[in-house]
Amino acid sequence: METSLHATFWARKLEAFGRGWYKFSRNPLSIIGLIAVLLVSFLATFAPFVSPYPKHAGVFVNFAEASQPPSLRHLFGTDVFGRDILSRIFFGFRFSLMLGVVVLTLVVPPGVILGLTAGYFKGTWIDTVIMRITDIFVAVPPLILALAICSVLSPNIFNAMIAVSLMWWPWYTRLVYGLSSSLRNEFFVQAAEVTGASRLHILFKEILPNCLSPIFTKMSLDMGWVILIGASLSFVGLGVQPPKPGLGTMVADGRIYMPDQWWITVFPAFAIMLVVLGFNLLGDGLRDLFAVEEV
Amino acid sequence: MRFGIFLLKRLLHSVFVLLGLSILIFIIARVMPGDPARAALGPRAPEWAVERVRESMYLDKPLYAQYYYWLRDALHGDFGESLVTRRDVSTDIKEFLPATMELALFSGVIMAVFGILLGAISARYSNTWIDNVVRIGSYAGVVTPSFVFAVLFLLIFGYVLHILPSIGRLSPGVARPPVITGLITIDGLFTGHFAAVGDTILHLIMPGVALALGGMSQEARITRSSMSDNLRKDYIASERAQGIPERVINLKYLLKPSLIPTVSILGLDFAALLANAFIVELIFNWPGISRYGINAILSKDLNAVIAVIMVMGIVFILVNIIVDLIVAFLDPRIRLGAERSK
Repeated sequence: METSLHATFWARKLEAFGRGWYKFSRNPLSIIGLIAVLLVSFLATFAPFVSPYPKHAGVFVNFAEASQPPSLRHLFGTDVFGRDILSRIFFGFRFSLMLGVVVLTLVVPPGVILGLTAGYFKGTWIDTVIMRITDIFVAVPPLILALAICSVLSPNIFNAMIAVSLMWWPWYTRLVYGLSSSLRNEFFVQAAEVTGASRLHILFKEILPNCLSPIFTKMSLDMGWVILIGASLSFVGLGVQPPKPGLGTMVADGRIYMPDQWWITVFPAFAIMLVVLGFNLLGDGLRDLFAVEEV
Repeated sequence: MRFGIFLLKRLLHSVFVLLGLSILIFIIARVMPGDPARAALGPRAPEWAVERVRESMYLDKPLYAQYYYWLRDALHGDFGESLVTRRDVSTDIKEFLPATMELALFSGVIMAVFGILLGAISARYSNTWIDNVVRIGSYAGVVTPSFVFAVLFLLIFGYVLHILPSIGRLSPGVARPPVITGLITIDGLFTGHFAAVGDTILHLIMPGVALALGGMSQEARITRSSMSDNLRKDYIASERAQGIPERVINLKYLLKPSLIPTVSILGLDFAALLANAFIVELIFNWPGISRYGINAILSKDLNAVIAVIMVMGIVFILVNIIVDLIVAFLDPRIRLGAERSK
């Protein structure tokens, strides 16, 4: 008896997934996004094995092959130290994805919990305190505050992650606040309240599951934006430090060799666009799939 | 009347946000490891000099007292001395802010006008090749960081084609008009220095467009989707049935309500534009407050960092208030709702 119930449960899940996949895959742009994200993740994860010259990711000098234009030997050319740009881009994806994943891991839980709480206690002092604090954080564009925080810390990728994280949580608080403050009036929440469910149960078992699709959609879109901000920080020298191959760092480094050695700058720039585009298309696909309007 | 109260509330809220922002920035700047005075003067400065800077920045007092003195001075327009330029930060800001405003306004106008125009064209000719080109283009625009646009423009128009000046605000040899607003284009128009106006506009094109493209694409996408939503509404069909000319329907009944979501996010896009100006000004050597700010950030010039961020916060808040007013003008539900809900 129990096993058959179990089987129906999973069969239903599978069917729902199949339907979702069908809907998602109707839009070719979503599929392109998914492929781009999978490709970048694959290249980043297996960078030491798939890049043609893994040693070129760090300190490496070979002046015999310096500043070579794109060729079969070096598809994207080499930089002034003779390092293969393509290999460095693969390793650069690592920093970008790591930044995105770490920032979202740090940001989403506190942002969501604060938003849930403020929304559920809408109209009380808890709501006022939490939401007025987020007002202050969103009063200045995240990049500017992140720059300021980076400036007081020593410049490296780890501090860049902290700076971006400190700036990003209020956007999740705002998103979940809107959802949670309308969900608390739903009958199922009131029913839980009447039957004496605990606040924790109501917040995390009743309200939170109904906020998940917007949260995941926003996370996918934000991966792109966080990576973009990280690249901007690296570009001005406050993120990934040379000789490590950050994508923004590579664009900045190649700038002085323009226009003659354009490939040093242009290919890393395209790499940034590929990552951000991938996560955006994927996020848009998810938004359509879940029919989310809030994000 | 009700609207006046709405505006007053909005302003009070802004004051509160600015106060909070100042505390936040102050904490970030002061809780940093190390000694700001020592960092400012360098490791080889004599102890008495460091001590003097420490006293002038009230660093020997407790944190809340430091904040009190800072706030007191800031309200009088005194943000202390820049440790890099050795001048009053407020003097520096007065000098550099107009250049940024000129760039941001130029860019903001491009962003709004072309964004809305492209979005409207895209919706009007939806599912034709024009629509597809605009949609693909705006996707590319949204995902490309402005510094990438800046670097590519510099490569193509500055170095390869040589058709646009690549750095600065005014070519050497062109006389700067007398300062009235600090915006060269406007000062030049007032005083008849048209050569300077033309030259500055040429200098504005590359950084201005590089900054505008991201927001412009965003505006185009939003305008397109809200226009195509409204296009399917019954009221449009009824206007067509009444024989109202298509042009009137498009401009008067379709475009205006469709602009509400576009204008609502203009504020956010303008904020992104100001943030990206930090990097674009650096690339084009544009002598604005953002370049000043990023140099302050890179050299840990804390008085200047705090002041620049506060100024950015003020500009951002003002822009958002203006956006709210425009939205209220466009949306009778908000405008009249405010009147009616007594």
